Amino acid sequence: MNKYTEDDLREELKTKEYEYGFYTDIKSDTFPVGLNEDIVRAISLKKEEPQWMTDWRLESYRAWEKMVEPEWANVHYAKPDFQAISYYSAPNSKPKYNSLDEVDPELLATFQKLGISLDEQKKLSGVAMDVVVDSVSVATTFKKTLAEKGIIFCSISEAIQEHPELVKKYIGTVVPQKDNFYAALNSAVFSDGSFCYIPKGVKCPMELSTYFRINQAGTGQFERTLVIADEGSYVSYLEGCTAPSRDENQLHAAVVELIALDNAEIKYSTVQNWYPGNSEGKGGVYNFVTKRGLCETNAKISWTQVETGSAVTWKYPSCVLKGDNSVGEFYSIAVTNNHQQADTGTKMVHLGKNTKSTIISKGISAGKSQNSYRGLVQVHARADNARNFSQCDSLLMGNDCGAHTFPYIEAKNKSARIEHEATTSKIGEDQIFYCNQRGIDTEKAIALIVNGFSKEVLNKLPMEFAVEAQKLLEISLEGSVG
Amino acid sequence: MDLKEKLISSFWAFENHLDEDSYLHPIRTDAIKRFEEKGFPSKKEEAWKYTSLNSVLKHDFSVFPKQENAIEYNDVKKYFIHDIDTYKIVFIDGKYSSHLSQTTHDGMDICLMSSALSKPKYRILIENYFNKIAEQESLTSLNTAFSSEGAYIHIPKNKMVAKPIQIIHFSTGNESAIMLQPRNLIVVDENSHVQIIERHQSLTDNQVLTNSVSEVFVNKRAIVDYYKIQNDNLNASLIDNTYIKQKQESICSVHTFSFGGKLTRNNLNFSQQGERINSTLKGVTIIGDKQHVDHNTLVHHVEPNCESHQDYKGIFGDSATGVFNGKIIVDKIAQKTNAFQSNKNILVSDKATINTKPQLEIFADDVKCSHGCTVGQLDESAMFYLRSRGIPEKEAKALLMYAFSNNVLNSVKIPEIKQRINKIIANKLGVNIGFDL
Repeated sequence: MNKYTEDDLREELKTKEYEYGFYTDIKSDTFPVGLNEDIVRAISLKKEEPQWMTDWRLESYRAWEKMVEPEWANVHYAKPDFQAISYYSAPNSKPKYNSLDEVDPELLATFQKLGISLDEQKKLSGVAMDVVVDSVSVATTFKKTLAEKGIIFCSISEAIQEHPELVKKYIGTVVPQKDNFYAALNSAVFSDGSFCYIPKGVKCPMELSTYFRINQAGTGQFERTLVIADEGSYVSYLEGCTAPSRDENQLHAAVVELIALDNAEIKYSTVQNWYPGNSEGKGGVYNFVTKRGLCETNAKISWTQVETGSAVTWKYPSCVLKGDNSVGEFYSIAVTNNHQQADTGTKMVHLGKNTKSTIISKGISAGKSQNSYRGLVQVHARADNARNFSQCDSLLMGNDCGAHTFPYIEAKNKSARIEHEATTSKIGEDQIFYCNQRGIDTEKAIALIVNGFSKEVLNKLPMEFAVEAQKLLEISLEGSVG
Repeated sequence: MDLKEKLISSFWAFENHLDEDSYLHPIRTDAIKRFEEKGFPSKKEEAWKYTSLNSVLKHDFSVFPKQENAIEYNDVKKYFIHDIDTYKIVFIDGKYSSHLSQTTHDGMDICLMSSALSKPKYRILIENYFNKIAEQESLTSLNTAFSSEGAYIHIPKNKMVAKPIQIIHFSTGNESAIMLQPRNLIVVDENSHVQIIERHQSLTDNQVLTNSVSEVFVNKRAIVDYYKIQNDNLNASLIDNTYIKQKQESICSVHTFSFGGKLTRNNLNFSQQGERINSTLKGVTIIGDKQHVDHNTLVHHVEPNCESHQDYKGIFGDSATGVFNGKIIVDKIAQKTNAFQSNKNILVSDKATINTKPQLEIFADDVKCSHGCTVGQLDESAMFYLRSRGIPEKEAKALLMYAFSNNVLNSVKIPEIKQRINKIIANKLGVNIGFDL
């Protein structure tokens, strides 16, 4: 019998090309490259935005101009040239469709290839999808069902038109325009994104989801997501991404803001599979994302992420636990392979009393990749009885990769209880031996072990998404996930 | 004139006194240039994110003490580990005090840096070891520029040093503010064994800033135990930079006991150059008032089959601030490394702060590395257990704190130091529980 060893796996990982590397040719409405105030104005005009939004964008742009790109992350890459990017591109086939038949067939084929065809989703999973291709929503389903409950789920451009009072009240409150370099850039030029509002006491009956993908050569994607859960409401939001194979680096700088008012709960799950570049580390997406949630009294925000793609990832979904008794959770699997670099983690800021946070982070590095966990747990002086538990585990495959942990812990309250632990290991020979001994071949054994390693996080994904997550994990680590 | 300018101008005055042809001249001038370029570290630097030197640097420190100051042994006896026989290297305001010291040249050299730097017979050792592992960082460079005095210890092959060596720096406070820059060089050759106790003590409430650098070379199969006792008064600040280079199969442990001082920064760097090396870094910190203690450790695993163990415990009261910044780097070829790091803290006051950052940077796959870090309180059920047995609250608390820091004290090999530390802890907690743990 041919023994399947870790070396074989490594070899396979190295040679494995990106399966979902395809490029759909949809006529795009693309702006000239470069960025200046006129471009910002033009984006705003194009989207028929009100004056306050234009001013808000311009304010962000002016702030961004004065900022410098951050360099503290443990990643190395060629800096993007912000003047060589086109800041707007929208699929041509407008207006919106009432049925799937009207949707651009080529686009449908794209989804088919990804195994997430709209009709299938519609029938089987009951997921309402706000599909975003290159910045503009082209299909929204189940909108009616949601509308009956008073739930607003639409693109952010639509929200700016139709619910300006909500957008105006909340946008930029969690991630201020000047928060960081990429958040400022996003605030200035964001092209589209999703908006979601759950009214008081409503439990959203289905999982809301959007799929993003970058589809036009040389276009940066600047998504803006705003989710507001009013008092006592509940929503589970899914976001998943895949991007076609492309040689030049693409920039993705999204901003996600979550607001959970008193007693509300938001569950935000992400599966990210941007193009990671080929096995020489050429190409791939730069993923510089700012995600943050604000919890009021008794509120709960839970982030779950499966990160398998992108050449460079720089992402820290955070929770500001402002209200008393609020809860923040972060579950993450980050898989890096070949020349991928990921610097990801979370920030838990404890401001209110009796606040709790849990951080579970699993990093798997293979090939020549570098995988870093960077986290901050901050307990302020008035956050009595704050409680945090963090665990970050790294699994190394092969001897050319690296795993790094940079946890920051700042406690200013004597009743705070903080625990942090981290381990680094490889797949043990004894573990493989144990499985072999019981008639499980090495390939399955590795699959079992990796599965077990990431189970804590995979379990947190909603059912409908878990399948997708598995599928995406397989691309990165095929042969190791059963 | 701020301190930086003052230091640079006094450097040139100082250097002109010395022989310009000396081997050290270019090393010193390079070092002062680096310091001039970098200046004192600020909070903008990642390594100094949680520690600001501003409150210390504002004083007008005199860089060279004007006169020699004598002190009587009986006045300072309590600062020595005096119940056992030891070698002693004692400095008063940066100057060697021969009547308090007990040095030797009998088969080994336990003496002074100033004589090692000037006498030709030490030349080869100095050229081989001096300033070889000290970092190029600004404060270390500043010390290098002014390096003239400190302890020089060379233990040749196959030697078991019978008595521990005490290195004590006193400052008399004859000047309102003084800056001291001791420089120690410790070379322990193959199969030798030495124990070192280091202490910095000011005798008055005047301002003192000590910027100390120690280079320790632990050669093949040598064993070094280093104890640092930091229990200075509240106007004394200490920046202690220790660089340790270990060769194969050597064992080195550093215990740092931080109880006093206004601002204490311990930069402890281990570089393991060889296989089957064992490094131990342990510390107990118990502080209150507005004290600030910062432990900044680095263990660099360069070769396979090595171990490192870090265990730091801290108890912070009043408005005290504690910082722990530990870093483990495991190089690609350093397979089978076992590296452990633990940092546990108790906050006993609402105004106390703890900032901790235990980092791992791992490039090898067949390793066992872990770090753990906790911030918490004394266990209520344990408190209740003790109280229910008639132990008053204060003593019960003290007992639990003892217990908390006990496993650090366990590995102290000199019983007298253990007793001394226990006494200091009891004083610090204001109790007398009548027995040692």
